[in-house]
Amino acid sequence: MDGAQVGGRADPAIVVRGLRKSYGDVEAVRGIDLNVPRGEIFAILGPNGAGKTTTVEILEGHLARSGGEVSVLGFDPGNHERSFRERIGIVLQSASVDPYLSVGETIELFRGYYPDPLPRETVLELVGLSAQRGTLVRRLSGGQQRRLDVAIGLAGDPELLFLDEPTTGFDPSARRGAWEMIRGLRSLGKTVVLTTHYMEEAEYLADRVAILVKGAIVAEGSVEELVRRGAHTTIHFRVEGPSPPGHLAAEPAGDGGAYVITTVEATAALHRLTGWALEEGVELQELTVAAPSLEDVFLSLAGSSGRNGGP
Amino acid sequence: MRSAGILARQVRYENLSFWRNPPAAFFTIVFPLMFLVIFNLIFGDSTVELPGGTAGISTFYVPGIIALSVIGACYTNVAMGVAFSREQGLLKRTRGTPLPTWALLGGKVLHAVAIGVVLVVVVAAAGVLFYDVAVPTRTLPAFVLTLIIGSATFSALGLAVTAAVPNADAAPAIVNASILPLLFVSDVFIPLDDAPTWLTTFADIFPVRHFSLALQASFNPFERGAGLEPAHLGVMAVWMVASLLVATRFFRWESRR
Repeated sequence: MDGAQVGGRADPAIVVRGLRKSYGDVEAVRGIDLNVPRGEIFAILGPNGAGKTTTVEILEGHLARSGGEVSVLGFDPGNHERSFRERIGIVLQSASVDPYLSVGETIELFRGYYPDPLPRETVLELVGLSAQRGTLVRRLSGGQQRRLDVAIGLAGDPELLFLDEPTTGFDPSARRGAWEMIRGLRSLGKTVVLTTHYMEEAEYLADRVAILVKGAIVAEGSVEELVRRGAHTTIHFRVEGPSPPGHLAAEPAGDGGAYVITTVEATAALHRLTGWALEEGVELQELTVAAPSLEDVFLSLAGSSGRNGGP
Repeated sequence: MRSAGILARQVRYENLSFWRNPPAAFFTIVFPLMFLVIFNLIFGDSTVELPGGTAGISTFYVPGIIALSVIGACYTNVAMGVAFSREQGLLKRTRGTPLPTWALLGGKVLHAVAIGVVLVVVVAAAGVLFYDVAVPTRTLPAFVLTLIIGSATFSALGLAVTAAVPNADAAPAIVNASILPLLFVSDVFIPLDDAPTWLTTFADIFPVRHFSLALQASFNPFERGAGLEPAHLGVMAVWMVASLLVATRFFRWESRR
């Protein structure tokens, strides 16, 4: 395998070519390519059942692949080598720890598995559990347990951290807190691969995003690139009186004179709209200009792929 | 040396967790004692035919309940523990760390064996104090060897049976159904003096009766030799090896849904 030798910091953390995974007749992953440089926060975004977890579990070494080339930190995860496991951290979607150990003891237990772990207090601080170090795991809240999951993933000071749906089931404020925590990992220079089905999560955290739908990557790039590539600015407004003329391309949106313009050239469209309104002497009420969001891109891609790939 | 250190560390954390749940720990230890008391209450006046003579029934029940203790601590607890850890994702999580598999499972087994030793001491002490049973002295080496082979065999069986346990909900049913009937036909709960030959022949296929009979030899007051039972120990060793092969071949890290 070229381009992914052990040790060279310049080599990408993850190189995947033509990865496939089938369960019987069902193809869960259908030939995907990935390239994750070191130090990047990379998100795999997709709806439930898209193959996100299957993909990361192959990268982690938990699942055997059916085909393709995979190199993670220069290792083939399929070999499940100890030296590979020493250099990665894994936060599974759901996995408990011994409920009768304290937070501090749990971190200590896992730290002991690694040759060069992070200090216990550093780990606790990173995930915001310093105050809970003496609390038994069974007495933690759901959000705190998830933080402990991340803490265990970080205990060995991994070069690469996998986070499988880190905030699924969180309430909005807990999610915010978790995001701040994950963002904080960037300053440690770690490579992070996370899966999520929350658009905002990918948007907020990731340097680059791969959108996975039905086992295939339908788009990949930075959030800005993805948004620029696919989506449109939307201009909402309401007028009383004259209808907007055809060249404005305004579609009625509901009743009471509400309209929406969807465009890739927001500046020009807005100029035409306001020009018309001034000429007519009408007021544009409830005027909003919404930047394209990753959600729009995601929905358009997931939708179109669904039509092509569906039975 | 480093391996021993890793293993010792695992046992230490298993032990820490075990004592953090005092009700569970208490009943684990009292459970075999309750059987010893109940069976002696019910059958207290009867006698049992042992090789060499007739003895009071407690001479039968002390080794019987010692067998129960080891089987409960090793077979039942190891199988349940692994099934539950698997269900909760604890096995899978640990598999993603550098800790070797043998250390994870070895830690659980060694802790189970340690609990088994505590139970054996408690039951033997109760036998001496309340039921007038003599501690094995001349037979002590054979007794200890039987316990070592017994714990190893039933721990290996406990690991092997988890291959047949799809998830934690099914664990108690499968684990109990596979061992309880055998305890009744293997000279653990009831002496098989009057049982039909086909039943003892059937029971002799499995390791439980060989274990209880080997323990019985250590407590037999008419025993003039060392009390070593190579034939019984041999059958147990065969089961141990077979179980280890099954456990290694069919071990699963995740529950089936």
